[in-house]
Amino acid sequence: MSVAVDNTIDARGSACPGPTMELIKAMKSSSVGTVVEVLSSDKMTTIDGAAWLKKVGQELVETSDKGGYWSIIAKKIK
Amino acid sequence: MPKRIVIIGGGAGGTITANLLARNLYRQLVSGHVVINMITDKAEHVYQPGFLYVVFDKVRPDEIVRKQKEILDQNINLFVDPAVKIDKENKIVRTQSGKEFPYDFLVIATGSRIVPEDIPGLKEGGHWFYDMEGAKKLRQALKDFSGGRIAITVGVPHKCPVAPLEMTFMLYEYFKQKEMLDKVELFYTYPINRLHSLEPVANWAVPEFEKKGIKSETFFNMEEIDAEKKVVRSMEGSELNYDLLITVPPHKGAPVIADSGFGKDGWIPTNKKTLHNEGSDDVYVVGDTTNLPISKAGSTAHFESHIVAERISSEITEGFSETEYDGKVICFVETSFDEATYIWFNYKTPPTPVPPSKMIHWMKLGYNRLYWLSAKGIL
Repeated sequence: MSVAVDNTIDARGSACPGPTMELIKAMKSSSVGTVVEVLSSDKMTTIDGAAWLKKVGQELVETSDKGGYWSIIAKKIK
Repeated sequence: MPKRIVIIGGGAGGTITANLLARNLYRQLVSGHVVINMITDKAEHVYQPGFLYVVFDKVRPDEIVRKQKEILDQNINLFVDPAVKIDKENKIVRTQSGKEFPYDFLVIATGSRIVPEDIPGLKEGGHWFYDMEGAKKLRQALKDFSGGRIAITVGVPHKCPVAPLEMTFMLYEYFKQKEMLDKVELFYTYPINRLHSLEPVANWAVPEFEKKGIKSETFFNMEEIDAEKKVVRSMEGSELNYDLLITVPPHKGAPVIADSGFGKDGWIPTNKKTLHNEGSDDVYVVGDTTNLPISKAGSTAHFESHIVAERISSEITEGFSETEYDGKVICFVETSFDEATYIWFNYKTPPTPVPPSKMIHWMKLGYNRLYWLSAKGIL
């Protein structure tokens, strides 16, 4: 699946505040329609991030294993 | 023509960088081959971690404030005149009074600021401890508090990531000493799905919360506050009633950053190793102002300052520099009024909290005094 990403945050190696917080920060400061990607060296980011997106009603576009790190892509829909 | 170094910002990052440069380049400064100009918006320098202690009346406000001029090396020129525009193309910084400062090397250390106004009702309904006025108001609110629920909420992004936990543990101790624990409910919330962004710290905090009877809700991001009804509504759809709301407001960078087209919300795209502004070889970024996915904390600014000062000094004297930042951060974590733990980590090494002890607490209290040596570039 190929998605046009507007903003990629490379949070690989980030211990604090961490990739999930980076996803929340990016989604909060983005305008509706923006597609955000967060790269993480922790697989849990794809699970935690997806759980948060579901809770706040934002769109999870995809998560993927990039070989050694993971990507989560989300779209701000409201 | 001397090499002109301009530093914007007189907080921890800007001050340490300036003083280290003044020491490294002493000969060049006194011979007129280098000029260091610091531009800042405040004549006073505040040790910000001290706010936590002001709240609990453990430190007097004047103990954490000094005149900026007094902690700067005498060979640095200080201008208390806020920067309003950074002209990267012409390599000039313009200030509010209309002065222009051309530079060969620029260090941007403009820090972060709280923006409670970004969340509807937060300014009216919340107390915080991220500036002196807020810390004093919260100190009074705690003195006046007769009982009920204290809600602790956390905005994103914010500096000093361990502060919400420290505040919660110190609140517990405060009311324990006042023999009011039976009248007070502490309710802690956090933006992601655990008690702290660092998993080892979050895991350590869980049994501490259970032991102390501190309630919590995670995945809680403030949407709005009804200050009249005393309710916090979260983006995730829950509502939390409170009698006293203590918050870590969300932060933004300095207006001059966004106004100069450097970065949205005041955070500057920064190379994680060289600390250059991305795409530039004469503009460095230090402290909270970077967009790096690491803690916005005094220790981060401190360690980055050493790298930037070393790089600029070496570039001036040797023509090159290979010094790089490894992402090092160290944070003390107060766990009560007489015990603390600490964490350190970098880009490659995750943190591992050690068991809290009185010794670490004393080290923290010692560092609160020694900070002024750090600011001077000595420690």
